Amino acid sequence: MRLMQGTFSALPDFTDDEIKAQIQYAIDNGWALGVEFTDDPHPRNVLWEMWGLPMFDTRDAAGAMTEVTACRDAYPNHYIRVTAYDASLGRQTTALSFIVNRPQHEPGFRLDRQETADRQIRYTLHSYAADRPSGDRYGNGSV
Amino acid sequence: MSEPARDSRPNPAPSGFAMPRPGASSGGAGTAAAGANGNGESAADAGAPTPLDPEQTVDLGAEQEMLRINEILGRLDREFVGLAPVKTRVREIASLLLIDRLRQRYGLSSSRPSLHMCFTGSPGTGKTTIALHMAELLRELGYLRKGHLVSVTRDDLVGQYVGHTAPKTKEVLKRAMGGVLLIDEAYYLYRPENERDYGQESIEILLQYMEANRDDLVVILAGYADRMDTFFRSNPGMASRIAHNLDFPDFTLDELLTIGGLMLDREQYRLSPEAQQAFAEYVALRMTQPRFANARSIRNALDRLRLRQAGRLVNAGRPIGRDDLLLIDEADVRASRVFGGGTADGGGAADGGVAS
Repeated sequence: MRLMQGTFSALPDFTDDEIKAQIQYAIDNGWALGVEFTDDPHPRNVLWEMWGLPMFDTRDAAGAMTEVTACRDAYPNHYIRVTAYDASLGRQTTALSFIVNRPQHEPGFRLDRQETADRQIRYTLHSYAADRPSGDRYGNGSV
Repeated sequence: MSEPARDSRPNPAPSGFAMPRPGASSGGAGTAAAGANGNGESAADAGAPTPLDPEQTVDLGAEQEMLRINEILGRLDREFVGLAPVKTRVREIASLLLIDRLRQRYGLSSSRPSLHMCFTGSPGTGKTTIALHMAELLRELGYLRKGHLVSVTRDDLVGQYVGHTAPKTKEVLKRAMGGVLLIDEAYYLYRPENERDYGQESIEILLQYMEANRDDLVVILAGYADRMDTFFRSNPGMASRIAHNLDFPDFTLDELLTIGGLMLDREQYRLSPEAQQAFAEYVALRMTQPRFANARSIRNALDRLRLRQAGRLVNAGRPIGRDDLLLIDEADVRASRVFGGGTADGGGAADGGVAS
C-alpha cells in the first residue's frame, strides 16, 4: 500500500529535477529546509528523525539536494521527506512537506479492533512493518 | 456598503491560513520571490532554447546585445581602473560562454567549461572586489543560477577536533552552491609543518566538490602569488582543477591617482588644485615605502585626509559652509608624516591608519 502523507503524495514519485524545483520554490519563499527520515510512518508519528541540521542559509536547490542524496544513500529503505519551515510571523509552521524517498516494498497498515467496556469497539491503525524491530523494517539494506 | 467595496478589490490578499493558488500572485513574500526568480533567470531565458538550422547564421553583435554582455563588460571597464590582464580574461570567459551557448543551439556538443579560478596579487589590488563582480557577471551570463558570493577563510572551513572539519566544510559548500565560493588566503588551509592539521581534510572535500558539483559552484582561491605557488606545489590535485590563474598587477601611479579620485567622488569630497598636486607627490612617495598596499593604502590615506580636514575645520573658529565641508586643501595633505622624509605612515602597524 502506497503511503500518502504530505504534499504531492497522490502524484507519481518525483524525479530529482522535480524535487529540486520544489526545493527552489521553498528557498525562493524564504523557507528553511530540513531533511527527515523514519521507518515508522504512522500518521500520528509526525516527528521524524532529522538528517543533519535544518538549512537556513542555502541559496540554491543544489545544496539541499546533496543532503537529500546523502540521506538516501544512508537510508535507502526508509521514508525520507523534505520539510520547509516558514518562520514568518503569523505563520511559523511547516509550509511544505513532501516525501522524496520510500521503501521498495510498502506493506501498509491494518485496522485493529479492541473490545472495551459496554461492548464498545476502539479502532487503531497498526503498521505491518512496525512488527519488526526498528531499522529492520523495510527489507535489507537499511541501517 | 463596505462589503461590495471589499469584494471588488482586484486581488484580495490571502490572510491567515488561506492557500493561494499556485502561480497566482500573493502578497508579500510570494511576489518578492517571483521578482527574484524572474531576475535570476533573465539571462538564461534569453538565448538558450531556440535551436538553429545548420545553414543559419547568427549575428554575434545582436546576440551580445541580447545577453547584455557589452553592458556588463562596459561596467567592469568603467568601475575598475587598470587591471588589464584581468579584464582581458573576463572578456575571454564571456566570449567562451557566448560561443558555447551558440554551439548548443546548433546542436553541437558543448561541455560546461570549468571556471574555478585562482586570483593572485599584492595586497589591495582588488582581488575580493573582482570576485564579487565575477559572481554577478557569471550569473548574468547564465552560468550560475544565483550569483551570490560566499567569502570564507581557513576558520570557516577547518574544524577544531577530529570529525569536525568535514561537516563544516560541507556546510559552507552547501551555502555557496549556485554562487561563488571565495577562499581568501587559501594557502593557510595547508600547514605542512603540522602533519595532523585538519586542513588537508578540508582540501580533499573541496576537491571532491569542485569536481562533482562543477555545475553548481565556482571556487575562487585568492592570495599572494609566492605563497600560492607553494600551496599548489604541495597540492597538485588542486592546481589541476583550477582552470584560470589571474594575476593582479600592481597599480601604477596614474592608476592610483584615478582610484583616489573615484573614491573622493563617491564620498563627496574635493581636492583643491594645490592639494591635488600634493596628493600626487604623497602617493609617489608612499609607493616607495614598505608595506604599501595599493588601493587599500590610498583608501587609508584618504581617511586620514578626512580626519585632518575635520580637525582643521573644528579648530578654525569661524562659520563654515557647504564648500568648506567638501574641500580638502593642501595643508591637510602636506601634514602627512610621509613628507617628513621618514617612516611610513601607520608606524608599526601595517598601514593601520592611526598615524598622521
